[in-house]
Amino acid sequence: MTFSPRLETKLARLLESYPKGRERAALIPMLMYTQDEVGYITKELAQEVAKRCGVTTLQVDEVVGYYTMLRDRKMGRTHLQICTNISCLLVGGEELWKHACSKLGIGHNQVTADGSISLEEVECIGACSWAPAIQTNYDFHHHVTVERLDKIIADLRKVQ
Amino acid sequence: MVNLTIDGIAVQAAPGTLLIDAAKQAGIKIPAFCYYEGYSLQAACRMCLVEVEKFPKLQAACTLPVAEGMVVRTEGAPAVKARKTTLEFLLTNHPLDCPVCDPGGECELQDMVFRYGAGESRFTEVKHHVDEKQWSPVVYYDAPRCILCYRCIRVCDEGMGVNALGITNRGAFSEIVPNMGDHLNCDECGACIDICPVGALTSGTYRYQTRPWEMEHTGTICTHCSDGCKTTLGSRNGEIVRGNNRDSSGVNGEFLCIKGRYAFDFVQHEERLQSPLIRRNGKLEEASWAEAINLVAAKFGEAKGNTGVVGSVHTTNEENFYLRKLAMQGLGTPSVDHQRSGDVHTLLDALAGKENALAAVDDLYRAKAVLIVGADLSEQHPLLAFQVRANVRHHQAAVYTVTPGPVREDKTSAKAVRCAEANLLDGVRGLADELKSKGDLTILFGDAIKGQAVRDLVAFGDSLGIAVKYVCLVDYSNSRGAVDMGLVPGEGGLSIPQMLAATDLAALWVVGADPLAGGGLASKGAFVVVQDLFLTETAKRADVVLPSASAYEKSGTVTNGAGEVQRLVKAASVMGAKPDLEIFGLIARAMRIDVGRAQNEAIFEEIRKTVRGYNVPLPVIATGGAARTQPLNGRLGSIPDPSQVRSARDTLFTSGALGRYSKILKQVVEAPGALYEG
Amino acid sequence: MPYNDPHPAETRIISRRFHLANPASIETFLAHEGYQAFLKASKMTPDEVVNEVKKSNLRGRGGAGFPTGMKWGFLARNSPKPKYIVVNADESEPGTCKDRVLIEFDPHRLIEGILIAGIAGDAHRGWVYIRGEYRYLIDIMDKAIDEAYARGWLGKNIQGTGFDFELTTHSGAGAYECGEESALLESLEGKRGQPRIRPPFPAVSGAFQCPTILNNVETFCAVPDIILQGGDWYASLGVPKAGGTRLLCISGHVQKPGVYEVPIGFPMMKAINELAGGLFPGRKLKAVIPGGSSCPVLAAHECDLPMDYDSMAKAGTMLGSGGMVIMDDSTDMVKAALRIIKFYQHESCGWCIPCREGTLWLKKILTRLDDGIGVDSDIDLVGELAENMLGRTFCPLGDAAALPTISIVKKFRSEFEARLAHVQVPKGGNESLVRIHA
Ligand SMILES: Cc1cc2nc3c(=O)[nH]c(=O)nc-3n(C[C@H](O)[C@H](O)[C@H](O)COP(=O)(O)O)c2cc1C
Ligand code: SF4
Ligand code: FES
Repeated sequence: MTFSPRLETKLARLLESYPKGRERAALIPMLMYTQDEVGYITKELAQEVAKRCGVTTLQVDEVVGYYTMLRDRKMGRTHLQICTNISCLLVGGEELWKHACSKLGIGHNQVTADGSISLEEVECIGACSWAPAIQTNYDFHHHVTVERLDKIIADLRKVQ
Repeated sequence: MVNLTIDGIAVQAAPGTLLIDAAKQAGIKIPAFCYYEGYSLQAACRMCLVEVEKFPKLQAACTLPVAEGMVVRTEGAPAVKARKTTLEFLLTNHPLDCPVCDPGGECELQDMVFRYGAGESRFTEVKHHVDEKQWSPVVYYDAPRCILCYRCIRVCDEGMGVNALGITNRGAFSEIVPNMGDHLNCDECGACIDICPVGALTSGTYRYQTRPWEMEHTGTICTHCSDGCKTTLGSRNGEIVRGNNRDSSGVNGEFLCIKGRYAFDFVQHEERLQSPLIRRNGKLEEASWAEAINLVAAKFGEAKGNTGVVGSVHTTNEENFYLRKLAMQGLGTPSVDHQRSGDVHTLLDALAGKENALAAVDDLYRAKAVLIVGADLSEQHPLLAFQVRANVRHHQAAVYTVTPGPVREDKTSAKAVRCAEANLLDGVRGLADELKSKGDLTILFGDAIKGQAVRDLVAFGDSLGIAVKYVCLVDYSNSRGAVDMGLVPGEGGLSIPQMLAATDLAALWVVGADPLAGGGLASKGAFVVVQDLFLTETAKRADVVLPSASAYEKSGTVTNGAGEVQRLVKAASVMGAKPDLEIFGLIARAMRIDVGRAQNEAIFEEIRKTVRGYNVPLPVIATGGAARTQPLNGRLGSIPDPSQVRSARDTLFTSGALGRYSKILKQVVEAPGALYEG
Repeated sequence: MPYNDPHPAETRIISRRFHLANPASIETFLAHEGYQAFLKASKMTPDEVVNEVKKSNLRGRGGAGFPTGMKWGFLARNSPKPKYIVVNADESEPGTCKDRVLIEFDPHRLIEGILIAGIAGDAHRGWVYIRGEYRYLIDIMDKAIDEAYARGWLGKNIQGTGFDFELTTHSGAGAYECGEESALLESLEGKRGQPRIRPPFPAVSGAFQCPTILNNVETFCAVPDIILQGGDWYASLGVPKAGGTRLLCISGHVQKPGVYEVPIGFPMMKAINELAGGLFPGRKLKAVIPGGSSCPVLAAHECDLPMDYDSMAKAGTMLGSGGMVIMDDSTDMVKAALRIIKFYQHESCGWCIPCREGTLWLKKILTRLDDGIGVDSDIDLVGELAENMLGRTFCPLGDAAALPTISIVKKFRSEFEARLAHVQVPKGGNESLVRIHA
């Protein structure tokens, strides 16, 4: 399995950034970066990363099962993450969550039928002072209102 | 030594001792689920929390090293309350299905709740349910019952060196996972099931068969390879339903491989012979014992010294000793032999005059360096491999492998050398400098090292200037005993190939062996008598077939590959079959030959008196222990014939003829496996 | 992007470059005393650097508040193994968003702090462990690192000082527990983020089993000014046992939530009313989470206190990570308790029994209470179960879940009572309830 040249360069550098014989250390970042390109941790990807980091696929499975951002199934083109943790909850995070669910007709960790959007109720994403906050893939949106959320969703649907 | 007080008792312990171990030495059992002697520390279950003076919080006894002046209370109110509440937490998601759960009655969680009581549960919510999964023919996993003590993961990784189990998800939804995602690819040793304190891991062969208290438990020795593991067989109505080694005695502690734990099923195989057979009109037909024995006696009487006798590598020392006597003194034939799988004979000869030159199983756990020559230890000798791994883990032993292909030991070895079987000794010689620097060395070698090569290997050992011990690896449960009891040709006697090739052999007596599997018998008129469990290739050619009992169905002693004598105890019975010793006695009586009583205790006494090295202490054997035989150290009577030495090269999932009749061995996906695949 | 203008009541030291144009670039940094502290430290001995940090009374900003100088002093500097620096930028404690702005607006300050720690510890390699959700920050940090290499502020023989240092970022992948230092190290090594048995502490056996200095982003960021202006100066900014300033992340029911830098000991009510612009009109203060959601909450009447370690301890809570969550009288405390426990349940690594099972059970009971179908005994049960976790778990996450729960139930009990279902549970069994909750 090969990745884009840019990612390959990044991965090569990643593997070099740990002490010799400790390539396993690259496992989690490598899964994150390759997941971004492949979409989710497919069996093939797990095997490839296992090979590159010198671990067994079981060790990859253990890690994928542990970390919430590593996914073993396909998510939407845009992964919409809504924080409902305490700071966001106090200023409307839960309303945003409910609104998104009903608007998209899906629930936690589900994907819209067209595959464009998946939804996740997330824990604190470190945007508490600019709450309520959401993330579309890695992009932060702060002080989100129901109206802004509608617009964000509409925009996401446009980019097909 | 460090002085401390535990529950008011003054205790001394070596510096660095963990509190839980120090307490144990003082006879105080601090409860624990995750702590398991010999494996890495976990401190996860929190059952071992104790009060330690000057510490504001309860401390985990499993990770706290003792300190001078430490004052500990293990059963004070705070600790007891902590345990009780931890149990209450644990039971929130644990099914309360003890009445139908396999370990019910031998469950550590049950015992713990009995000891500390979780009171009435205040948990009224719905439990998180996950379906039970089958990971292999022998391993089932029921996640809700799992208390996540990680014992299985550790035993598989650290103990077995397999690393087939892991953990996925997190928090309360954590689950143990097998290495192939939905199934296991492993040794199928069942160590994970054995070590599981609850009923999360259960065995495909035993589950839902019976309740623990309905079984009779018999500690005996595994019938399969030569490592001589003790196994506790649970039987019901004379039928074996479970194998484990719960009392941890024997050379193997808790260790057992798939064969020791599950491959007892050949005993009940439907093709077991249950009646003597006599060839009539070219066909083998059922006959009575009296008829068969009389016929054998008559034919042996005619054949006399022109009889070839092939002994077994599965029968007891007493049987082997008696058979040799019966053949040589009774029938007057020097043609006695057995299938030799390692050149023990030459080794003993080459070690003449040396003391402490033979390694016992325990030595593999203590040697500073271990050299493995021409053997795939994890496949062929799982217990010895386990010992070596434990040695590396606990004492950082240096392991060297000189093998024709990759082996599991490579992973933890100081050096792995690859060379063809013919050049193994060259590989060994290349390690001389490194080995010299080690305090002592134990060398294990396989069947490729035979004859002169054995002598060369010993000479190499001598040249190192350090203490060297040897193990000549052999195949089966009493291969070693067969050599020691002298099942080798006497003066002018024929070896097995010679017996098969002789055109005028009058009779051939085969006990628990299958010499005709690979070819025919040159002497067309020879009268062939076979004692066996199954209708082997040889039995098919026989004139009389006598159904014999397996090692699980009789008593006596066997000697493992490392020369340790252990006791067999009858754990099962199969209708119609008789122990070989009893059959020998019947034949002797019918022939009116008197070579002593065919009775275990009497014969063993004779063995102790007459077989060199076997003057072992009786109490050790009587109490189920392993008694080291002293090295023979001296010229053996007969000339060994190294060309005959050949191992069957069984893997973890094969076991010669017995293995062919074990359904469980055949079911596992990894079977039959292969050597030198790493 | 998340940025609030400086407030006159702030003391901006580590955040003093935030308002500059292009604050993250190395040019801006160098134009504003950037890397001068490193150059100064490079002429000092490791002991001198450690002593300066000891003098400063800097305490770790990650939550536990351990004296940083002492921690650096514990480093097994004589070990033959290499020593490492690890930066904890996992920032996942609810209510906390300060490391984020530090990296976004002044990544070179962090690099400089790391280099100085490297001198103190004779360490030449380091990693910045950044939570996976902060991908854009990883990019910013990577860019800063590249710039620093390009300009000779990282790599071999930095600026001719003879000091070498290699630095890289390391992405997390979504796990709060990886903020706990030993779990972070496991994660750095490519494993599940499960905490390690301690001792040994990272100072003796940390990353890759080598001696390691591990601190929070903000802790490292405080170091350059300590070296530049002296430990005594830094100490004088705070209170007797805790020096300097720290970032407060104020969130919740205030008009101007944001990240503000104040000296240790800053009055809590002043932070709420002045820095954060006060509550919304007509609203009254109900409770404050003073330093991230794992701290016991303070009821309104307990909030008139200076924010230093001792005063907070006296009030039964902690300074924590600086994440102040302000709750006015519109707050539903049952829901708040549930949301907090839901978080810890989600993040419990599952290693130890009391935390793994306790958080799930608490979540279930609190859900039922929030749904209005709880029973009388549930309120005490919540308190009791949380107490049963306290001090008995393998790592402090269990306490982090128990402490706020205990405090909320104790201080806002009437709100729980008002929500009860008023159904009597028959003694010995409550099948019907089981069904209701199914
Ligand atoms: C469950 C848990 C989560 C933690 N999360 C963080 C975190 O996100 N960031 C952080 O800097 N420290 C966190 N800590 C504290 C670290 O364990 C550690 O004390 C800290 O990083 C040390 O740095 P400091 O001395 O500079 O504060 C956490 C601790 C626990 C127990
Ligand atoms: S308290 Fe226990 S289960 Fe919870 S996060 Fe720590 S180790 Fe894991
Ligand atoms: S609580 Fe939502 S970002 Fe912190």
